[in-house]
Amino acid sequence: MMKIEAIIQPSRFESVKDALREIGIEGMTVTEVRGHGRQKGHTEVYRGREYTVDLLPKIKLEMVLPDALASRVVDTILKTAKTGKIGDGKIFLSRVEEAIRIRNEERGENAL
Amino acid sequence: MKCVGWKCSFSLVLVLGAILLTAVPLSAQQTPASPATPGISKALDEKLTQLDKDVKAAQSAGDNAWMLVSAALVLMMTGPGLALFYGGLVRRKNTLAIMMQSFALMALITVLWALVGYSLCFGGSGPVIGSFEHAFLKGVGADPNPDYAGTIPQATFMVYQLMFAIITPALITGATAERMKFSGTVLFLTLWFLVVYAPLAHMVWGKGGLLNAVGGRFPCLDFAGGTVVHISSGVSALVCALYLGKRTGYPKQPMPPHSLVLSFIGACLLWVGWFGFNAGSALSASSLATSAFVATHFAAAAAALGWSAAEWLKNGRASALGAISGAVAGLVAITPASGFVGPMPALAIGLIAGVVCYLMVTKVKAIFGYDDALDAFGVHGAGGTIGALLTGVFAQQVINPIFGVGKDVGGLDGHWGQIGNQLVGVLIAWVVALVGTIVLLKITDMVTGVRVPEEHEIEGLDITQHGEEAYNLES
Repeated sequence: MMKIEAIIQPSRFESVKDALREIGIEGMTVTEVRGHGRQKGHTEVYRGREYTVDLLPKIKLEMVLPDALASRVVDTILKTAKTGKIGDGKIFLSRVEEAIRIRNEERGENAL
Repeated sequence: MKCVGWKCSFSLVLVLGAILLTAVPLSAQQTPASPATPGISKALDEKLTQLDKDVKAAQSAGDNAWMLVSAALVLMMTGPGLALFYGGLVRRKNTLAIMMQSFALMALITVLWALVGYSLCFGGSGPVIGSFEHAFLKGVGADPNPDYAGTIPQATFMVYQLMFAIITPALITGATAERMKFSGTVLFLTLWFLVVYAPLAHMVWGKGGLLNAVGGRFPCLDFAGGTVVHISSGVSALVCALYLGKRTGYPKQPMPPHSLVLSFIGACLLWVGWFGFNAGSALSASSLATSAFVATHFAAAAAALGWSAAEWLKNGRASALGAISGAVAGLVAITPASGFVGPMPALAIGLIAGVVCYLMVTKVKAIFGYDDALDAFGVHGAGGTIGALLTGVFAQQVINPIFGVGKDVGGLDGHWGQIGNQLVGVLIAWVVALVGTIVLLKITDMVTGVRVPEEHEIEGLDITQHGEEAYNLES
C-alpha cells in the first residue's frame, strides 16, 4: 500500500478532485494548510506598515492506495494540478505498513 | 460655542411673538366702533401670556427631543462604535480586552459623573475648574440651566455632556492597547477624568472658564470638543505610549488588524454618532444644529478622500482601513469648527486633516518610533490640533455670531487674531494633558502597575486580564 500526500494550489483543487473521481478513487482526506516553498508571499500594508505574508494557503490531499493504483493517481494529479508556475506544490509517496477498518477490523488492502 | 444655541432658539420665539403682535391690531380693526375695554385687554393679555408659554413649551419639546437623541448617538460612538473600531484593529487575543475598556468607561464615568463629575465640569463659575454646586446632581432636574441651555431640562444637558466624558478617556485606550493592565487602565482613566478632563471641560465650556468663547480671558472657539476631547485624549495617548513602551515584538513582528470588518462597522457607527456629537452641540434643534450637521458630514467625506488619495499615490492602492481612518480624522478635525464654518471650509478642513493624519501615522510615527498602537495620537491629537487652529481661520459670523451680531469671528471675517486665541487654547490643552498624564501614570504605576508581564502580553489580554476569549471557535 502507498500513501500519497499532495500539496496543491487551492484554485486547482476542484479539477483534481473531479479527475480522481473519474479514475475511480473513492476516498481522500483534504486539509486546508498554510506553508511555503520557493514561492514568495505578498505584502499587505496597514496604515503604512508593510507586512510580508510568506505562509500561503494551500490544499493538502491524503490518500492510501493499493500499489497498482498509485502511479495512475500520481499521473492524474500531475496533469490536473499543474499551472506551470512556481507554487504548484509537491507530491510525496510513502509505503504504508498496515490499514485497519475500524468498523469490522478488516486489514490490508481490503480495508482501503 | 455651546451656550449660543439657546440664543438662536430665542430669536425664534421673538419672531413668533412679532407675528402674534401684528395679528392683534388686525383683529382690533375688525371692530373699530367699540374701543378696547379693560376686560377685553385683560383677556388678550392672558391669551398672549398663554400663547407665549405654549410657544416656549413647543420649542422646548423640539429641542429636548433632538438633544435626547443626540445624547444616545454620542453614547453609541463609544459602544459599539469605538469598541468595534479599536476591537478590529488589535490582534485576536486582545479583542475583548480593548472592547471591555470602552465598556467599563461607560459604566465608570457615568457613576463618577453623577457623584462629582458633572459638577466639576459645569458647576460654579471659576476660571479653571467647576465646583461642588451640583455634586450628587443636586439641583439638576427638569428646569433648564440658562447658563448653558435655556430651552432644555438641565438633566438633558447633564446626560448629553456625560456621553462626551465617556468617549474621551476611551479614545486613550487606542495608545495603550495590547499591553496595559486592566486594573491600571481603570485607575488611570478614573484619575485622568477628574484631573485632566474636568478642568479642560470647565475652562473651555464652563461658565467663567478661562478659555470660554463667551467671556473667557482667551476666547477659544471649540464647538464640540477639539481641545477638550481630541487634543486632551490624543496628547495623553502619546504620553501613555511613550511611558508604557513598545509592545513586545514591535515593530519587527507583524501585528496586522485581526478583523477590518469589525473596524469598518465601528467607523461607520462613529460617523453617524458624530452627528449627535457635533450637531447636538448646538444644544437645540436650531438652524445652527443643521449647519454643524452639514459641516460634519462634508469634512468626513473630504478626509476619507484625502487619506485614500495620499495612500493611492504612495502604495498604488486605496485600502479600506485608510478610507475609514481618513473619515475619522476628518470628523475629529471638524469637531471644534463644526458650529462656526460653512460647507466649503468644512471640505477644506477635512481634506487637510485626511492628508496630515495619514502622514502622522505612516511617516512621523515611524521616524520617532513610538508605539501608538491604534494611532490615538496620530488621529485625535494631530487631527484635534489641526482642527482647533483651522477653526480660527475659517469661523464666520454668518454661521455663528458668537462674539455678538456684526462682530468678526475668525480669519475669513478678517479677525486673524482669533488664531492666537486658538493657539492659547491648544497650548493649554497640550500642557494640561502632558503634565496631568505623566503624574497620573506615575501614581498608577505605584499603586497597580501599568504594564502586564511579558508572558501575559504574549498569551493575550483577553485570557490573562479577563479570563475569557473573544472567539471560541471550537465551542
